[in-house]
Order: sequence, then C-alpha cells, then structure tokens
Amino acid sequence: MAAYLLRRLIQAVLILLGVSIVTFLLLFLVPADPARQIAGRSATPAMVESIREQLGLNLPIYQQYWRYLSALLHGDLGRSYLQRTDVSTLVWARLPASLLLMAGGIVCELVLGLTMGLVAALRRNSRLDQGLMIASFVGVSAPQFVVGILLLYVFAVKLNWFPIGGYGSFSQLVLPSLTLGVLGAGWYSRMMRSAMLDVLRQDYIRTARAKGLARLRVIFRHAVPNAILPIVAMIGIDVGIFMSGIVVVESVYGWPGIGQLTWQAIQRVDIPIIMGVTLISACAIVLGNLLADLIAPMIDPRIKLR
Amino acid sequence: MSVATAPEPVPAARHAPFQPPGIVGQLLRRPLALFGLVVILAIVVLAVTAPWIVPFDPNEQTFDGLTLEGSPLAPNARFWLGTDLLGRDLLSRLLYGARTSLLIGIAANGIAVAIGAFVGIVAGFFGGIVGAALMRFTDLMMAFPALLLAIVLAALFHPSLWIVVLVIAMVNWVQVARIIYTETRSLAQREFIEAERGLGAGNARILFRHVLPHLLSTVVVWGTLGISTTTLLEATLSYLGIGVQPPTPSWGNIIFENQTYFTSAPWLVFFPGLVIILLALSFNLVGDALRDILDPTQKGRH
Repeated sequence: MAAYLLRRLIQAVLILLGVSIVTFLLLFLVPADPARQIAGRSATPAMVESIREQLGLNLPIYQQYWRYLSALLHGDLGRSYLQRTDVSTLVWARLPASLLLMAGGIVCELVLGLTMGLVAALRRNSRLDQGLMIASFVGVSAPQFVVGILLLYVFAVKLNWFPIGGYGSFSQLVLPSLTLGVLGAGWYSRMMRSAMLDVLRQDYIRTARAKGLARLRVIFRHAVPNAILPIVAMIGIDVGIFMSGIVVVESVYGWPGIGQLTWQAIQRVDIPIIMGVTLISACAIVLGNLLADLIAPMIDPRIKLR
Repeated sequence: MSVATAPEPVPAARHAPFQPPGIVGQLLRRPLALFGLVVILAIVVLAVTAPWIVPFDPNEQTFDGLTLEGSPLAPNARFWLGTDLLGRDLLSRLLYGARTSLLIGIAANGIAVAIGAFVGIVAGFFGGIVGAALMRFTDLMMAFPALLLAIVLAALFHPSLWIVVLVIAMVNWVQVARIIYTETRSLAQREFIEAERGLGAGNARILFRHVLPHLLSTVVVWGTLGISTTTLLEATLSYLGIGVQPPTPSWGNIIFENQTYFTSAPWLVFFPGLVIILLALSFNLVGDALRDILDPTQKGRH
C-alpha cells in the first residue's frame, strides 16, 4: 500500500508539473501583449518597456518559466490585468460559493442517479425501466445551459417556486445544483442499474433470500451497499466535470463563484484569471483521480492495487 | 441447478472483424437506435437542402417580424417558429444553424478521432520512447477539464468557424487515443499476430492487414458517440459567445443572442434547445447501440 501510494503521489506531482508547463506555454501563445494590456491605451513606449522589465518578459523562456513556477509554489497565480488584484485573492474569495454549488450538484446527481438506477434494476425490462434509461440518455445529451434556462423558465418564472437567481439562501441553491447534477445523474443511473443487476445475480443474495429475509431487507441491506460503493468511489472524478460545468451554470444563474469569475475574465480577455482557474481545475482533477484510486480499493477489497 | 464446470467462453466478439451489412440490420431492429438514425437522417437532409427550403433569408430582418413595441413574434402562420430579437425567422435560422452545428460536430470529431487513432496506434503498436512520451502527454491532457480547456483555447484565439473546429478537436482526441492505445496493445500481444510474425510478416503487413481492420469497430463507435460530445461542446462555446460568431447562425449562438428575452419569448430558447438535445441524443443512441453490437464486453462511462 505504502509503495503504491508513493508511486501514485509521484505520478500526480509529475502531471502537475506538466500542467504548469502547458499553462505557461499557452500564456506564450496569446496574441495580446500583456505589458501593453496592463499599461492601457494611453501608455508611452517607455512605460510599456518598464512594465515588460518588471514582469521579466525580456528574460529567456526557461528563466521566465522558473519565475512562474516558483511564484506558483508560493501560491501566487499572478495578477489580474484589469481588476488589479492577485488572482489567488479573487479565486479564494469566490471558492466557498463554488464549493457549495458543487456539493449541491453531487447530492443531486447521487440522489437522482442512484434512485433511478435502483428502480430501473428492480423493474428490469419493464416500461418504467425503459423510460428511466431513455431519461438518462436525455440527461447526458442535454447541454447544461439549456437545462439551466429551461429549469429557470419552468420553476422560477412560470411556477414561481424558486427565485430567478442570486446567492445566499437554500432556495437559491436548488435550481443551480439540479442543473449541475443532471449530467452526472444520467451517468450514475446507468452505472447503478448495471451494478445492481450484477449484484442481484451473486450467490450471497441468493443465500440471503434462501434464509427467508424479506425482499426489501435483502435489497437495502445486502444488495444496495455493494452496488453503491464502487460508484461512490468515483465521485472524485466528477470534480473535473464540475470544474467545466460551473462556468456554464454560474453564468446562467449569476452565481458568484469561480465559474462566473472565469466567464467574466473570458469576456475581457483577462488571461491571468483564465490561466489560474485552469491550473486550479487541473490540480482538482489530479487530486480527484488520486482520491478515487485510493478510496476504491479501501472500500472494495476485490480491486487489486496496480 | 448444475455446477458450472465449463471453461469461461472465449470473448470472440471482442475483436470481431467489422461487417457493415449485418450491423445496419441489427441497428434497425433496435427501436432506440432506429429513432436516432431517423432523426440524424432528417437533420442531415434538412441541413443539406436548407438553401432551397427555408421560408426566409436567415439574416433578413423582416419588416413585419417584430411587434409594434419591438419584441419578437410568437410562432404563427407566417413565421412557424416565431421570430428572434431582430425580427428574423427562427425556423430559417435553425435550418441554417443545422448546417453549422453538423459541420462543426462532424469535422471536429473526425479530426479528433484521426489524431486519437494515430497517437493510439503509434504508441500501442511501436511503443518505445516515442510511444511512452505520447501516452504521458495524453495523461497530461486528461488532467485538464475538457470544456474549460476548450473555453481557454477559444478565448485566446480569435473565434472563427475553423478555429472552433480545431479547438474542439484538440480537446476531444485524448479519450480516443487512450482507448485505441489499449486496444492496439492487447491486439499486438495476441497469438495470431505472433504467428504472423513467426511466418516472417513485417510491421507494415501486420499493421495494415491485421491491426487496423480490428480497430475499425472502435473507430466507428467513437466516431458516432463523439459527434454527440462535439456538437454539445460547439453549442456550449457558441452559447458563451466564444464559438461561432453571429450573424452566422448556430444552435448555440441563437440561444446566446436571445437569452435576455427568454421570459417573454421562451420559444427562442425552447426550439434551439430541443434540436440540440435531439441531435446529441440521437448520436448517443446510435453510438451506444453500435457499441453493444460490436463489442459486448466494453460498457460504461465515456
């Protein structure tokens, strides 16, 4: 276990190093000149030159990367061109809102997905099963902005059950979380269905039935926990999908999180913010995958460590 | 009840050669796949014939296309799906938008599958330092969230139709590369390849006579499923305003342009949203059925 852990950690660090190189090179590809952008339109060539000097843009590329990396290691993601604030400060201030939204998204996708999958498996090949599986296909085929706008229209504008937007109360959290969770619910319902069908075929389920246990007890005590565990271990992987999703969902609902920050930065071509968020997302994905790989064998001993 | 002593059946279908006629027949027998095929066919026909069947010029701001207060018209006998914020016919814009969305979806996915297959085959078949480097690079790309990376790339370069295609392809080749790599590796180690080698066949012969034909089913499955992903990505980028630029209609940017009206004119979001979902759903249904038919052992998330 310790050797496996160490190897996975080293892999993760190497990938993160690669990620930093890719984001650094992307910064280089940007057609806009950062010094000119910071200086503004009325700046004299001398001012632009001094900003260039300050940012180290005249240094050779490997020295620039080294400056970039050592700043990163000190938690410095650079400064926003337009908001004149450190990117890390901006991100840090908006992190709680995004984490709340992601937590809501995870709850929605698990509750929806696992319930749909469970019902479909128990009513296998019935009309209900077919209907649920078609619904799960629609869930993975619907772009999040369409789901978001439709939910807004039906539940906020027409039915008036939830507020149209804003941040702070529980009722404002429901629709954005649901929007973020629909995609995952589609995947989880299909995984849960096939996992349940697999488990129900096992010998220990037949034994439990043969002992004369009630059907519900067999399902909820013996089958469901075994079907759910390997699926729940994959939540870490969802982080990556969510990092993309929050850009769309937060822009639809005006949710004041990292996604909205990114969206505004895109509109104004504020490169340091875009790059900072990309880097943080990549870290989140690497960590999420690492967690998924570590948790899975812990809760399911049948998985062998490689 | 009998005690099972028979050996595990060999998964012969795993690398079964690709046989088109039988596959089409099996697809047509599945109701969901049939539905998907019909929808795809209908959208393709409408997109190709759009210039001849549109009731209005998609960019024409018709004189009677807005109410006296200047808001869009609801669906009516003259404008079947209503008009948009500039008084343009929504049906005509959707039909032309189908051309953009299909073109980008198919082209981007074609490029992504080509790059992915090339990387996967080179790394899986030849291996070595180049192969290892390619797969480490693929791992690295997987650390970036796909949509966010596409957003970054699209925001950095000035968006045009072909930039959007390239951006989407750059994001989507990664999964294909991983899958083709795994398939090629497992193929290269099988007995019939060993036997060929023993008979003196060279790399080229093994690659073109044996490996490539067996990879065709994977390419077909991903070539179909992937179009669903790429059309969704195009719609999302266009919705964020960094994909296809107005006035060229695409299903995503129609919603982008009109979303401020969605409370008073919901059809401007409803109809484009519906066609996006229908198209992505259809490619998903057909792709999933193809995967079932061609490779019964491989299921799960993609």
